Amino acid sequence: MEKLKAFRDRGIAQKLVEKIKGEARTLDGEIRIMHVCGTHEDTITRSGIRSLLPENVKVVSGPGCPVCITPVEDIVAMQLIMRKAREEGEGIILTTFGDMYKIPTPMGSFADLKSEGFDVRVVYSIFDTYRMAKENPEETVVHFSPGFETTAAPTAGMINAVVNEGLENFKIYSVHRLTPQGIEVLIKQKSKIDALIDAGHVSTIIGVKGWEFLSERYGIPQVVAGFEPNDVLMAILLLIRMYKEGDARVVNEYRRAVRYEGNVTAQRLIDKYFKVVDAKWRALGVFPGTGLELRDEWRELDIKNIYKVEVPKDLPDLEKGCLCGAVLRGLAMPTDCPHFGKTCTPRHPIGPCMVSYEGTCQILYKYGVLF
Amino acid sequence: MCLAVPGRIIAIEGKTATVDFGGVKRKVRLDLLPNVDVGDYVVVHTGFAIESLDEKRALEILEAWAGVGKFLEGR
Ligand code: SF4
Repeated sequence: MEKLKAFRDRGIAQKLVEKIKGEARTLDGEIRIMHVCGTHEDTITRSGIRSLLPENVKVVSGPGCPVCITPVEDIVAMQLIMRKAREEGEGIILTTFGDMYKIPTPMGSFADLKSEGFDVRVVYSIFDTYRMAKENPEETVVHFSPGFETTAAPTAGMINAVVNEGLENFKIYSVHRLTPQGIEVLIKQKSKIDALIDAGHVSTIIGVKGWEFLSERYGIPQVVAGFEPNDVLMAILLLIRMYKEGDARVVNEYRRAVRYEGNVTAQRLIDKYFKVVDAKWRALGVFPGTGLELRDEWRELDIKNIYKVEVPKDLPDLEKGCLCGAVLRGLAMPTDCPHFGKTCTPRHPIGPCMVSYEGTCQILYKYGVLF
Repeated sequence: MCLAVPGRIIAIEGKTATVDFGGVKRKVRLDLLPNVDVGDYVVVHTGFAIESLDEKRALEILEAWAGVGKFLEGR
């Protein structure tokens, strides 16, 4: 849209950078701004924002890649469910998103499972899974469903349609996670986060309102930002000012797609179908109150309740030497990892952060900052 | 990934809409955004419309960004 031009205008970008530099000069020490969104990381890396910022303004990426933090145990459990179903003479069609498909585990990926002859299909939307379930009434169709609130909402919406229509062969495996609650755990673990750029489309669902408790409880300023370079620069400028003034609020820079109250229909649907549980974040540990599981009333929609499997204990989260855990906490950049760009590339990824389009390692590799 | 560019609804059939993203047409579910009409711009994530961009809010954006210029000159 014509209207969106201002968000990419170079002249405005330069002015924003100058302003940021001016504000940073009178900053006491440094400011660490965390964002939690693969698309923000993409914007920041693609437009070289880090190289434009003064030394004492650090923008770090948090665990904004849902596929990266999806536990090894769940990927393995889903694989075991496929095997068990086959042993029992039943076929399952498994669907998931393209980047989830390739995520490695010590027991292989979904892509490996496919090469063994299992029916695994990559989808763009859970709506595709629903259509497959309708077209294949004799088979069970399961969506392995990762993602934050932005993706949990479509899942809830699809389940609602499935329940209303009485479609019985549609199931899910939920590995959905809650973003602000996840960040709260990082804050409690004493990660140094001075300010937050809030994920744009997570905010579309949960609203400005969904982030406010972080400012209230921990005095952290936040800006809900869009995905153009100037959205991010504007967020950084506002956050430095707010930080200096001790102004701990949530400012909505992305008003074009985010309402204060968020998408209430989506929130109601998520709440109707899901309950909040403690959940593991791969390479980060178990975060209390950050996962979404289907409520007991909908247990027959949950493939885990149909096939019980036992996942081997002590599966390592990451290959030796992979720094994905530190990358997801914003403590390391991919370039700190000796594998980066050498033994670990998108074609031959060692860790999840190199597989996903939203992974910090893949994004940096893609834009070739190093090469 | 988040599609930052909104699409325009060109047809609605039940809970599904056909949305035009600058020439590329896709079927999009409306379960999360039931009250939209043909002609509306919507933000879409993994095949579901998650928010609409109404004119008032579009103007708000323009005003906010017109203000950016001033805001950048000042202080
Ligand atoms: S470059 Fe590869 S091995 Fe290194 S942290 Fe990233 S994903 Fe892990």
